[in-house]
Amino acid sequence: MFAASEAAAETAAVALKSGWFLENAWIIPIIPAVAFALIIFFGKKLPMKGSELGVLSMLASLVFAAGAGFQWIDRVNGASEEQFIDPVIKTWTWWQSGGFDLTIGQHIDGLSLTVLVVVAFISSLVQIYSLEYLRGDRRYTHFFASLTLFSAGMMNMVIADNMIQLILGWEIMGLCSFMLIGHWWEDGANSRAALKAFFTTRTGDIGLLVGTSILFFSANSWTQEHLGVSGFSIRGLSAWALTGNPGSVAITAGAFALFAACIGKSGQFPLHTWLPDAMAGPTPVSSLLHSSTMVVAGVFLVARLFPVFYEGMNIYGSSMNFITLIGGITIVIAALLAFVQNDIKKVLAYSTVSQLGYMMMGLGAGAWLPAVFHIFTHAFFKACLFLAAGSVSHSGSHHSFDMKKDMGGLRKYMPITFVTWVISTLALCGVFPLSGFFSKDEIIDNVGHAGYDVFMIVGLVGAFMTAAYMTRATYLTFFGEPRGAAAGEHHEEDSHGAHDSHDDHGAHDDHGAHASHGPHESNAFITVPLIILATLAIGAGFLNATPFGEKWENMKKWVEPRPVVVADMDHGSVGEMRGLRTADTMPATTDTVVATEDTIVVMEEGVSGEAKTAPLMAAAAPAESASGEEGHGEEGHGSHSSECGKKTPDAGVCYAPYVKHAPFKWSKAALSMLIVFAGIILSWLVSVQLYTRKAGFFFGLTKRNKLLAAGHAFLVNKYYLDHLYEKIIVRGIAHPIAKGAYWINQNVLDGVVNGAGIGTKGIARWVYRNVDQRVVDGAVNGSGAVARGAGGALRPVQSGKVNQYGALLFAAAAVAGLVLIIINT
Amino acid sequence: MDQLRDANWVLSVGTFLPLAGVLVMLFIPKAEEQLNKAVALITALATLAVGVYTLTQFDYDQAGKMQFVAETNWISVIKSTYYIGLDGISLPLYFLSMVITVLVMIYSWNHIPSPGNPKAFLILMLVLQTGMAGTFIAQDLILFFVFFELVLLPMYFMIGVWGGENRQYASLKFFLYTMFGSALMLVAFLALFFKTGAESFAIPYLVENGGAIAKNTQVWIFAGMFIGFAVKVPMFPFHTWLPDAHTQAPTQGSVILAAILLKLGTYGFMRIAIPILPDAAVEWAPWIGLLAVIGIIYGALGCLAQSDMKRLIAFSSVAHMGFVMLGISTLTSFGMNAAVFGMVAHGLITGMLFFVAGSVKERYHTLEIARLSGLLKQVPKLGWILGFCAMASLGLPGLAGFWGEFPAILSAYNPAPGLSEEIFRVYMVIAALGTVFAAAYLLWLYQRTAFGEPNPEFTSHGHSDDHDEIHDVNMFEWIAWTPLLIAIVVFGVMPNLMFKIIDPAVATIVAGIGG
Repeated sequence: MFAASEAAAETAAVALKSGWFLENAWIIPIIPAVAFALIIFFGKKLPMKGSELGVLSMLASLVFAAGAGFQWIDRVNGASEEQFIDPVIKTWTWWQSGGFDLTIGQHIDGLSLTVLVVVAFISSLVQIYSLEYLRGDRRYTHFFASLTLFSAGMMNMVIADNMIQLILGWEIMGLCSFMLIGHWWEDGANSRAALKAFFTTRTGDIGLLVGTSILFFSANSWTQEHLGVSGFSIRGLSAWALTGNPGSVAITAGAFALFAACIGKSGQFPLHTWLPDAMAGPTPVSSLLHSSTMVVAGVFLVARLFPVFYEGMNIYGSSMNFITLIGGITIVIAALLAFVQNDIKKVLAYSTVSQLGYMMMGLGAGAWLPAVFHIFTHAFFKACLFLAAGSVSHSGSHHSFDMKKDMGGLRKYMPITFVTWVISTLALCGVFPLSGFFSKDEIIDNVGHAGYDVFMIVGLVGAFMTAAYMTRATYLTFFGEPRGAAAGEHHEEDSHGAHDSHDDHGAHDDHGAHASHGPHESNAFITVPLIILATLAIGAGFLNATPFGEKWENMKKWVEPRPVVVADMDHGSVGEMRGLRTADTMPATTDTVVATEDTIVVMEEGVSGEAKTAPLMAAAAPAESASGEEGHGEEGHGSHSSECGKKTPDAGVCYAPYVKHAPFKWSKAALSMLIVFAGIILSWLVSVQLYTRKAGFFFGLTKRNKLLAAGHAFLVNKYYLDHLYEKIIVRGIAHPIAKGAYWINQNVLDGVVNGAGIGTKGIARWVYRNVDQRVVDGAVNGSGAVARGAGGALRPVQSGKVNQYGALLFAAAAVAGLVLIIINT
Repeated sequence: MDQLRDANWVLSVGTFLPLAGVLVMLFIPKAEEQLNKAVALITALATLAVGVYTLTQFDYDQAGKMQFVAETNWISVIKSTYYIGLDGISLPLYFLSMVITVLVMIYSWNHIPSPGNPKAFLILMLVLQTGMAGTFIAQDLILFFVFFELVLLPMYFMIGVWGGENRQYASLKFFLYTMFGSALMLVAFLALFFKTGAESFAIPYLVENGGAIAKNTQVWIFAGMFIGFAVKVPMFPFHTWLPDAHTQAPTQGSVILAAILLKLGTYGFMRIAIPILPDAAVEWAPWIGLLAVIGIIYGALGCLAQSDMKRLIAFSSVAHMGFVMLGISTLTSFGMNAAVFGMVAHGLITGMLFFVAGSVKERYHTLEIARLSGLLKQVPKLGWILGFCAMASLGLPGLAGFWGEFPAILSAYNPAPGLSEEIFRVYMVIAALGTVFAAAYLLWLYQRTAFGEPNPEFTSHGHSDDHDEIHDVNMFEWIAWTPLLIAIVVFGVMPNLMFKIIDPAVATIVAGIGG
């Protein structure tokens, strides 16, 4: 057998390598989940109040995730060029219904590992940063508990083998965001922001529940038959979507419904309104939840179930689809709002919304890899920006986040914070060669290449705006003259505290820790994470530096799933599927290494017996991969079995659709650089006029021009969406509609009941008086008091009311029964 | 009937043991409060021990079959037999009733509501326990009816004697409304008896022969049962007794009412109405589904309009039982599994919420939401428990509530053959919308009561005697609550502990509908 498999390997595919970390990646979310429980129950008794458990669990997760990541790279490198890299899947029965075993488990591939590593990494840094930032906080232990549970939720979502498990992680994140945003819940504004975040995302989650239901029932019989997995399975859904089997209505409806959930979670228009308010949470929370993890959950879901969206939204089918539309709108409207914010964190919040729009737009246009890569790079520089903002407020502006009032000129006092901020800002703007360039520019480029021309322009406009609003924020914070707290002024109470949700100094208990109230650099707990993140903001892009040729495109190699036709159970019953089935019935786990060996045997059978599968495996044509820089675009991928996603594969299943790649051109990159620099320079000049010289053409423009003034007001009021949601929809339901329903309940429905009671009483009296004097003799006398005071337990038995009504009801029932029997005989 | 085991005494003992305790307590003077409490608690614990023994003896590979079956003559003149048995649907509910009784007893140790008299109070509770357990094991309609009605009286007295200010109205309304439903149900039972040849009241017999009844007749008989069970559930628009009963009932009464009594109705649908009258079930299902989703939204709206915490929780029951009924109305195994899971989950979670409400009332002497705030600050543990229960109640995955809610929504996408997919898919979307409403009323409740600063009214220590110092969760509360809290997490994380038992039993029922 061994010889046979070796022979097969030569003709078709090599056995995929695996390793302990890959096989046991399911442990990664369990570590922080256990840590959460320990912190909750024992945290307060520990020397560092439970924070040590949080940090340690994050570091342990990071080690496990990194280990799994390296083993995955090994797996990919060991495989042949054109082989489909099987994800490492393990499942256990979680619940059963209707005779189906429904599973929980892990689905580890390049995408899940990329996000896992990012989450574990950012979580670790954020927790370390929080040790200092939250020092002395009144709910220090709870904060670390929530932060740890949050990471567990995200990691569980990322490794999820099926939709239900994904929903589990998704909702746990929702819960933790509620707890963390509302961390300082004594302030009504904070708890309102927490409620809003949970509630808005939950509104989108209707789509998650509905979409999962639709897809499950549409796919389940196919997936059971061909793959031996349920219609919840990520793998099953991906394969099913690309078979051409799904009815177009079902998959479209499912995709739209799921996307509604992504709109809510990833802060896309029109459900983005919760995200800026969520800045009420402590800054580390903003950094973790609202830049790099929770809000990318929606993007992750689209990337995870990309085949479903690919078919359901008809990606590549036209020059516009729902995802690109929403993404495009989000880029622009959020960037516009970023211009009118005075709160530094809100600028970053809208910037996040806008960047999430890029990711969505990229996915919608089929630029899968650039979008996923943007999740990766964005995580570093946005986390860095948030932490830098936190550093500014912690040590520079006395816990204020108001750029106009309390900042300015801080570059002199906080050099490390300043430099890391500037690096991250440039990365965010997409300046070559910082990391943002390699992901964002690729998104814009690929969107255009896929035929979504309008959206390419939207992307470029967005890049301009990003550069401009970030320059404005940088100028206000670090340049010009120090103002307010940055100038050493001390004000006791923030005037905007009453109206605006924010993470302010009032919430900190421990003021003594900051002896000096003048601006100064933060300590190492804060600056070290900043430096690490800034370094990655510079360097992370080189993991997939498309401009330098294929050798540099490691992410593409490691992460992008290959659109290769793989045999399914109908076509030679692939061993791994068999393994999965056993895993369903037994608590034991599937050993993927063994399973892949099986696969090879099957391949060999395929060669001899079923000629259909063999050519596909052997289709690895080495010729094209050697082509030059131009060639490694679309054509390069053409060497894969590009049937996937285009037409029904007749010899197996695909797990990933064929995606286009735009060939890189320096001319295009130069254009976008030009746009970015134009944005920076223009914004600088305007900022100088507005905030330092307080004169010139732009100063007071909105006061002079009515149209601009109206536009400004429109932006300041956030397009009046919050008014619509809060004042009209929510208040409408919570007040008139709910009250109306309750009025009906009390007066109509209950009125009928009471009326029936009173009516019966009337009839009873009448019966008593006129018909039968013998009924319950003397009962009326005792009917006044039913139950009164102690020891009265047995009195109601003697009270006539119950007997009387009961007798009547039974009499009526007997008559009715008689009638019924007569009618039906 | 093949008897799976010889140990068929366990169900009878488990059901009637509480009455033995009652017998003992009758001879203990009222003044011996501690002794009365001890006897009652020991009885409940002994009953629970029998329940645990039942769990260990249950053959889980045969969960679809009736086990521990016992059948002897009872009222031979009307061909009714003492016929009991237990399958995978009954078992969780049967056991839950025992657990809840014990926990409520423990809670009662230092929480006997005014006007006192623990002897009478605990005797009623034991009688209630017999009625609840008996309902879940009865396999004969007359026996079922007797147990079903047996539940009514103790609850009536509990509300009427130990209830709140408006207890007389509430208890009478509860009693009459349920009685009204029961009467129609009895009519339906009688009609069923006669239409199947007046041979037997045994449920298996009726399941076999009920399908032969003409469809029109089935629909009418179903109507009678529907009213009976729908009042108990309660389904919209027969729910109006519930908020009053809950609001006025003592904490213990509310807990039992929410945790067990409401399930008698849904259980009746699954055990009796649907299997015996499958054709009628298909006719009725869209209407039941409609009332269920109306209940989900309507109950939520009712919650949003409440200013009283306990009444809000009561209304939330209407919404939650709507999910259960939606699951049942799909007539699929997915739906019914969800329904049974939902029943237990609702029992655990809403039971817990009523416990919390009771403890808040005990400490603050009010449940007015506007007056409560900052629970997390003043009684942090109680505040956390309230938050935990609110999250469980709104169907957070990882906690038990999710597994009753999401599969029910899921099942509505694909109802049983013969039911309109379009209609049920609309129900699905409405039900999914209901989850948002659930989040809204629960989180809003939580925000208003737990967050913020404590109301100064309750923070001033000592200067007036009308408020004792407000203390956090005490030992009796911990003992009574911990099992529920653990169960909510355990069933949330490992739902198959229950689905594994339910699924085969539900499959048996669903197979009957298909045939």
